[in-house]
Formats: sequence, C-alpha cells, structure tokens
Amino acid sequence: MNEYTYPILFGIIVGTAIRVFMLRTDYRQYPTYLHGKIIHLSLGFIAASLGTIAIPSIMEKEFTAVTFLTLAASQFREVRNMERNTLSEMDSYELVPRGNTYIEGIAVAFESRNYLVIFTSFIVTLCYLALNIWVALGATILCFIACMIFMSGSKLSDIVTVEQSDLTFDGAGLYVDNIYIMNIGLPERQEEILKYGMGFILTPKSFSVRSTIANLGQRQAILHDVSVSMGVFRDSGTPALVPLIKRDLNDGRIGVFILPQLQDPARAKEIISAVPVLENAIQMPSKKR
Amino acid sequence: MKMEKAILAAVTTKTDKVAGSAAVFTCETKEEMEAVAANLEAILDGIAHALSDHLYIIVKH
Repeated sequence: MNEYTYPILFGIIVGTAIRVFMLRTDYRQYPTYLHGKIIHLSLGFIAASLGTIAIPSIMEKEFTAVTFLTLAASQFREVRNMERNTLSEMDSYELVPRGNTYIEGIAVAFESRNYLVIFTSFIVTLCYLALNIWVALGATILCFIACMIFMSGSKLSDIVTVEQSDLTFDGAGLYVDNIYIMNIGLPERQEEILKYGMGFILTPKSFSVRSTIANLGQRQAILHDVSVSMGVFRDSGTPALVPLIKRDLNDGRIGVFILPQLQDPARAKEIISAVPVLENAIQMPSKKR
Repeated sequence: MKMEKAILAAVTTKTDKVAGSAAVFTCETKEEMEAVAANLEAILDGIAHALSDHLYIIVKH
C-alpha cells in the first residue's frame, strides 16, 4: 500500500464500470453471449489500467511510461480488426446481411469505446491525485455524461421523413409509390409480395443528406434493422423474396420495400426512423471549410 | 472474372422469340409456363422475371 493505491483502484474501477455501461446488448444482437462480453470487459479492464497508471508514472517522473499508451493504441486497433472479421464472417449467414458499412461502424465503436475508457480513467485518477476524491467523483459523473453523448449518434428520423406507401405492380414491375423496385414474374410471388410486403418512402430533409441515404451501406443497414426487429418473410433459396431499397433519381427519395413477418406498419415506421445514421455514410457536400 | 448475373434458363410459349446458349423450355400454355418457371425458380435459386406475356427468364443475382 502506498499513496497511489486508492487512486489507482478508483481509476480502474471507474474505467471498467464505464465499459460495462457502454456494453449493451440490444436488437443489434452483438455481443450476444457471455464469452463475447468477457472479451470486451477484460479489454476494458486493461484500458482502464493503462489510463490510470499513466498519472502516477508522470508524477514519479517516469515519462517513458507514457509510451505504453501507444502500445494500447495498436492493441485496440486489433480489437477493431477482430470485430470486423467476426462480423463479416457471420454476415454471410444472415438472411438479410448487415453490410460492410454497418460492420465497420460497429467495429469503430468498439475501438473508440476503449479509448473513452482510457480517457475516463486518466481524468478520474488525475483528479483524485491532484485534488481529492470528491472532485474525482464529480469527474466520474461528467465522464459518464460525456460517454452518453458520444455513444448516441443521430437517427434516420433526424435527416429524413418516413411515410408509408402502397406497393403496386405495373405488369411484372414492382413499385413503391413511383420508384421501381424489381421485376417479379410469377403471379403467386406477386400475391405473396402484395400480402406480406410493405413500402415506405424516405424523403431527405435537405440536399446534403441525399448522398447519405443513397449510400448502399446505409440502405442495407435499414433493411437489416427492420428485418431483425420485425422478422423477414424469406428463406435461403427464395431470392425473389428479398427486401430492397431503390432510389428515385429525380429527387433523391428512396423507396424501401420490406417483407416483415410482423404486419404492423406503425412499428415498422418507428424502426426505420430509429435506424442509426452510419458514420461512414455521412457526407457533407455543403460544408466548404 | 466473377459473373454477377446470369440467365440460367428461359421459359416461353413462343420458341422463335428466344435463341442462344441458355436452356430454353417451351410450353404449350401460359399456365404451364408459370408452373415450369416456378419450379425452375425454386430449383435454380434464381428469380423468375417476366419479359413479356409469353417469356420468362430465370436469373441468378
């Protein structure tokens, strides 16, 4: 026991706690089970330790110890690779895949959350050692709030308006509103699609977001989220029954065609509105400098 | 080179409308054509697209 024991313990506990707080299993179903969680909790613990130890090392004038943080950076980049590989492998077995853009977004989130843990531990330990435990507790609360802000990105409802629209067939062509989706030849398939299918039109709220919702990865993310939450009326070997999103070239609206098992348009609209806007799909064509 | 899309088969009631290397199935009636196309769709894991009233193609996507 020395003067650093309690600050270090405090920093590690807060850092690990913040990782637990940021590790939630929801409809994205990832990480699903105990083993996946243990990996991330252990890494969170390591990140917390690294962030915490940096402060006493600096105070003891061991400046080279800070180079450990670069080691941490390369370590957590590995986390990103690991997540990307696992999710890409699993993606080929999904009825409606997530798509690479969504996977990349998840992988980046896993990496960045470890850095948030390092920062939290760093700040909390610094406050404890430089001032006192009460300031450190205050810093903890601020860090939790900051993490909450960093965690929540924008939703689709922030950038588009979602409206339900009828599905129609013009000959063999399937349309959502006036947006052509695909050619369905067989009358029985057409009946199934009219019975189970649902159509939505997403209208961009401004010019800048047109390219964001046109992004193929963003579109796939919408289809995946809806299919996960509401089920999907398809199986392997029925390529005709596939949810699709097509774009109206004239005004940038997109037509969403889904085949949910749960026939509840209001719920579907809610889910589409809550789809995250993928970091990698965001473009800012109107921002010059 | 990886083929993204390919016509696996054509089902028709008018043989003179189709030619080429894909398998062509000639049918007597529209109903027969639909039945054959539905079967082929399931067997080949493709989608039956209607090009006209008497011509279906099965396409692998």
